[in-house]
Amino acid sequence: MTVASTSPPLRRPRGDGALAALFVAPAMLGFLVFLLWPTLRGVYLSFTRFNLLTPAEWVGLDNYVRMVNDPIFWDSLTVTVEYVAINIGVQTVSALAIAVLLQRLTQSAVLRGIVLTPYLMSNVVAGIVWLWILDTQLGIGNEIIAGLGFDRIPFLADETWAIPTIALINVWRHVGYTALLLFAGLQAIPNDMYEAAKVDGASEWRMFWRITMPLLRPILAVVLIMTVIGSFQVFDTVAVTTAGGPANATNVLQYYIYGSAFGRFQFGYASAMSVALLVVLSAITFLQYRLTRAGHTDLG
Amino acid sequence: MRIHMRTVGALTGALALSLVTGCAQGGTAGSDGKTVTYWLWDASQQPAYQACAKGFEKENPGLKVKITQLGWGDYWTKLTASFIAGTEPDVFTDHIQKFGQFADLNVLEPLDDLDIDDSAYQTGLAANWKGQDGHQYGTPKDWDTVALFYNRKLTDAAGLTGDQLNSLSWNPKDGGTFEKAIAHLTVDKNGKRGDEQGFDKDNVKVYGLATGGAGDGDGQTTWSPFAASAGWNYTDKARWGTKYQYDSETFQSVIDWYFGLAKKGYLAPFTDYTDGANPANAQLASGKAAASFDGAWMISTYYGTKGLDVGTAPTPTGPTGKRATMMNGLADSVTKNAPNKEGAKKWVRYLASDECQKTVGGYGIVFPATPDGTKAAVAAYKKKGIDVSAFTEPVTDKKNSATFSFPVTDYAADVYALMRPAMQDVFANDAPVSGLDSTNDQINLILGQ
Repeated sequence: MTVASTSPPLRRPRGDGALAALFVAPAMLGFLVFLLWPTLRGVYLSFTRFNLLTPAEWVGLDNYVRMVNDPIFWDSLTVTVEYVAINIGVQTVSALAIAVLLQRLTQSAVLRGIVLTPYLMSNVVAGIVWLWILDTQLGIGNEIIAGLGFDRIPFLADETWAIPTIALINVWRHVGYTALLLFAGLQAIPNDMYEAAKVDGASEWRMFWRITMPLLRPILAVVLIMTVIGSFQVFDTVAVTTAGGPANATNVLQYYIYGSAFGRFQFGYASAMSVALLVVLSAITFLQYRLTRAGHTDLG
Repeated sequence: MRIHMRTVGALTGALALSLVTGCAQGGTAGSDGKTVTYWLWDASQQPAYQACAKGFEKENPGLKVKITQLGWGDYWTKLTASFIAGTEPDVFTDHIQKFGQFADLNVLEPLDDLDIDDSAYQTGLAANWKGQDGHQYGTPKDWDTVALFYNRKLTDAAGLTGDQLNSLSWNPKDGGTFEKAIAHLTVDKNGKRGDEQGFDKDNVKVYGLATGGAGDGDGQTTWSPFAASAGWNYTDKARWGTKYQYDSETFQSVIDWYFGLAKKGYLAPFTDYTDGANPANAQLASGKAAASFDGAWMISTYYGTKGLDVGTAPTPTGPTGKRATMMNGLADSVTKNAPNKEGAKKWVRYLASDECQKTVGGYGIVFPATPDGTKAAVAAYKKKGIDVSAFTEPVTDKKNSATFSFPVTDYAADVYALMRPAMQDVFANDAPVSGLDSTNDQINLILGQ
């Protein structure tokens, strides 16, 4: 034992606060400049008339009054909800099925890789490729449909087909990623539960409903919250495939906001709609969080 | 990767741009007073203007022109962003469709001191670029008209001669000889023509007329040749009108008849048109349509399509007794905050000169705005074996043809945003044309602000 090994006297960690602030500063700066400030400024702009090139002019609640009375806004909100319902509905069910199959049937990393492949492609590229495949006259997809003796389907050019088509294109791209998230959640479920159930003679179907689903719930809830938010923000696929058409049938909210801002230079009105979207998304997220008890686990 | 347009994404961009505005001034290429930056979107025209730049640099020692080409879609996005960021080019190719908006935004430099002589150009081209304040904001560069492109193999098979196609006429009641011709060019999957008994309009193999979509608010290559030859105008005044006339009975009867051609099976349906994948020329190239209305800027594309033997005919004569086509012209504009304004004006003056326009005409890709430039282009096309009289006749033969220009008004972007879905609704969803009344009211309400 030497003197040097004497533990230092207990001191209050005076310097740590400043050091912590230093470490947090870069992230904080990014948060302030790229998130907080734009949000605040967006809220401010929603009360103005602003075309980017001349100073903003305060107009009070005008933009919000216009929004409430704008049939195109309500129409685009309906279209967006329709998109989200199809997109999230199909995507979650298929992702869950894929994840469970991956977990219960195979441990192949190659298969997991293949499932993820569409996600590696850019959304814009995926949109354009599908636009070509599904073109009514020239698309290979429609050539096959016609070759089989069926009528050609105007997937992206008909008001009934366009939204489901775009929703499914995005399911195709995102389902693998969502499945992988759920798969990670499944890995957390202790295997001995399944073994115990098997000993008791439970079927796979019964194990899915009695073990998998309840224990996966917190992960599923988080995945749902994330994908619903992402889904509400659909923009790129619409921009490259239908540009909101035909006749506003795919004029989703983000596309309408984009057109109002960067097409018509109505940044004030676009900001008001963005604020509305923020409110809608916050409400939905809050509700989802509460309803699915995402913060609690049944494991343990 | 999904573009995460967060709730405030659009505004983040706006903020980032406005942050840049302050510090970008003077940082652009032309600020040394020696370089003039010039933007254009048509890649096929770049060599012609490069040749002009050479001539200009010879005449103006010490000045250099830097040409940047961007695709049509990126072009306008980038230009708009450059206005905000203060990185705009000195000179850019301007389109009449955007002129109203740029005038609204006050980003163009008046060019009155260049003393543009209207009579030095084809009629109406210079006047289109006068703002409501009376100032000139662009110098005439080129012009284009619309004509009927047809697949000779298919017209021959239908027994239609070039002369017949050159002298078609139409009316909104029975469609006239034009409707007869495209009905005859239409063939169903059993080989029956559109005007034969037993024609199956639901199983068409070759449409008489390709679809160019619903035409938005201008119908440049779709319904406008018909609406105009029926005596209709977009607005109450030729330029800077204050009221649109989409509620006119004449207009609506023309639209009813035109899109009605699709119901008869002669015009390819809306669902066959895709902007990016299947425009009118692709329908002709793939043999799915026998003829299509398209603009002069597409001449090289049609004639350059392998295996396609193309002919052209002027637009059909309408109830007014005249043919009609939009005559649209591009211009060169100087930006208000051009880093090298002096050089910019010199370059624009040169671009508008007979010398440069004859050079450009010699490339045979576009019709320059001066009569001599046009002549050079006609000769160059002829050398390539292309007869362009279907495009030039409407400009020279005032007795039998009328030309009209793209509607120039305030709030052009709003008119587009409202008319695009409204026309699609009529064509794609069979909505009644009378529904355009309320769209027209909305538009006029905005214009009356």
